[in-house]
Amino acid sequence: MPSNKNMQDIENRNKKTVLGVFGIVAAMIVLAYASVPLYDLFCRVTGFGGTTGRVAEARQMDILDRQMEVQFRTSTADNMPWDFAVETNKMVVNVGADGFINFTAHNPTGKAVTGTAVYNVTPIKAAKYFKKIQCFCFDEQILTPGQTVNMPVVFFIDPAIDQDVNLRDVKTITLSYTFYKQDSGEAKGSPDKNKET
Amino acid sequence: MADHKPGFFTRWFCSTNHKDIGTLYLWFAALAGLIGLAASVVMRMELQQPGMQIMTDGQMWNVFITAHGLIMVFFVVMPALIGGFGNWFLPLMIGAPDMAFPRLNNISFWLLVPAFLLLLTSALVGSGAGTGWTIYPPLSSLTGHPDMSVDMAIFALHLAGASSILGAANFITTIFNMRAPGMTLHKMPLFVWAMLVTAFLLVLAVPVLGGAITMLLTDRNFGTDFFSPEGGGDPVLFQHLFWFFGHPEVYIMILPAFGIISHIVSTFSRKPIFGYLGMAYAMVAIGVVGFVVWAHHMYTVGMDVNTRAYFTAATLIIAVPTGIKIFSWIATMWGGSIEFKTPMLWAIGFIFLFTVGGVTGVVLANAGMDVALHDTYYVVAHFHYVLSLGAVFAIFAGWYYWIGKMSGRQYPEWAGQLHFWTTFVGVNLVFFPQHFLGLAGMPRRIPDYPDAYEGWNMISSLGAYISAASFCFFVLLAFWTLFAGRRVGPNYWGEGATTLEWHVSSPPPFHQFEKQPVVK
Repeated sequence: MPSNKNMQDIENRNKKTVLGVFGIVAAMIVLAYASVPLYDLFCRVTGFGGTTGRVAEARQMDILDRQMEVQFRTSTADNMPWDFAVETNKMVVNVGADGFINFTAHNPTGKAVTGTAVYNVTPIKAAKYFKKIQCFCFDEQILTPGQTVNMPVVFFIDPAIDQDVNLRDVKTITLSYTFYKQDSGEAKGSPDKNKET
Repeated sequence: MADHKPGFFTRWFCSTNHKDIGTLYLWFAALAGLIGLAASVVMRMELQQPGMQIMTDGQMWNVFITAHGLIMVFFVVMPALIGGFGNWFLPLMIGAPDMAFPRLNNISFWLLVPAFLLLLTSALVGSGAGTGWTIYPPLSSLTGHPDMSVDMAIFALHLAGASSILGAANFITTIFNMRAPGMTLHKMPLFVWAMLVTAFLLVLAVPVLGGAITMLLTDRNFGTDFFSPEGGGDPVLFQHLFWFFGHPEVYIMILPAFGIISHIVSTFSRKPIFGYLGMAYAMVAIGVVGFVVWAHHMYTVGMDVNTRAYFTAATLIIAVPTGIKIFSWIATMWGGSIEFKTPMLWAIGFIFLFTVGGVTGVVLANAGMDVALHDTYYVVAHFHYVLSLGAVFAIFAGWYYWIGKMSGRQYPEWAGQLHFWTTFVGVNLVFFPQHFLGLAGMPRRIPDYPDAYEGWNMISSLGAYISAASFCFFVLLAFWTLFAGRRVGPNYWGEGATTLEWHVSSPPPFHQFEKQPVVK
């Protein structure tokens, strides 16, 4: 048997090693949670996974001869009572030129309903070149009973798309919106004043 | 000092002895294996013919595949290879009196029991957890599973994960601090190397799964929006987190198997293992590269072509260290005086079938191919060749190799060989036709199929019945061995078996190495 002093020595080393291992475990848990904001940031910066770009205001852009068909899709989540539509299913725009499109949402129920739109762009690789200047998806929307609203979207396709070899084959870009009901909408306060109308 | 053993309750329920805990793990894995196998037989009975035979609906089918997958991964392969053989032989091989933290070891095992009970009962609550072992949202969120079943499955994984992490911390500490004098890292047996790499993979990967399923749990119950798009979350993020754990997890299941196979091939070829250091560092390389290939499980989520090109290339690189291991095993056998005893049959079966699974893995690694084969039976065939015919063959190989050492009694050789050949024929009949079904486009996770797929499905089901019968034969054989097997001495395999466990009696004394061995 190893001597008592030796045993004490091993026990101390064991404690140090196992604390180091638990440190790694804690770091990996932190990293798993840190991945949430990091992944979000990564998607915004690179347009990964169909995240579209957002710009504050229209800038002077070169308008190219290259034309793209932009298609629009609307859908609602299962529990969302709104009627959600778009004025036209597709339009043709020049790369770099601003496009205007109107969406309409109607609340057929007798209660105020809050909704948030989630959007993405296909093909996913085109997302980083698809920029929106104005969009209803930037904010929560509240519709009073029976209310219908027009929701304009202003967008353009970044001329830099022409330099990207991976996007040479892209002739059609689809912008898709899904409206989700915000369950906590009424709790958040604002619908109260809308109810009067 | 006499070889004093505590009474039955203290010995088996409050155990701090690595060999007894290893035995508990092996019994647990065998019991869970029986349940997991029963689930797969029911699944093959359903798939034997087109139409719905046994299952009432797709949800019931999904509950079966989920239970089968989670049981086999977390409650059969990991407890058997890591908890069972790891606990039994790692301290013996490095000349340690026990694990570094014997009571932590006890907790590791007993966390697994409630985890398993939670998982089993989750199948009976509400609609049952029918999420697949990958538990992707939104199927696993309230949208797909509004009742408590998925919450219970998540808790089961939390407990199983805590058990694995504590066990891994124990193994790492034991290997680093408790080796006998002279046992340098570069002299450690390959099974110990395998356990060291496995333990590090566990410590790095399992907490990420823990984080991901905790987020899922709070999404389901406390209104967070990690994975729900309506709140700004992203379901694809779950897939990234899951596979950051899930890919290393498949190496966690196979690396201990690599270690066992190395010992057996060397013993029955009567030669030291060819390229010892290359073998050890190949496992390290597999472990490291295994962390940067995860997205090859999700080629179809819409990643751009450059990302897919990277993950294809990184995945193909793993074939290099794996190839080093396969060729080194063959080189070990080359020119050796080979004895085809039962453990060696399982080991050679492992090498052959794991290579088949590896080759289909190289096919699937290519993003272009995978888009066509994703979620088909080709993938099912692939991962069963590496796990069911790989890891499980290694468990049987280890059992036949060490049962004499663990129990002091030897199995009858003819019975072991009969078990091997019936299993070999059975499992190949199950899974080889599934390659054809997958190439023909049969999707996985669906209990019914068009009539065109009937032929190969029938053969696959017949194979499952042969395999199940073979396993029942193994259960009889195992009990016969434990109660009536021939008694054996310390080293019953002869000069080929050189590691330290062959220097103690069979079974080893309750407290081994009262005089610490010195390795020269």
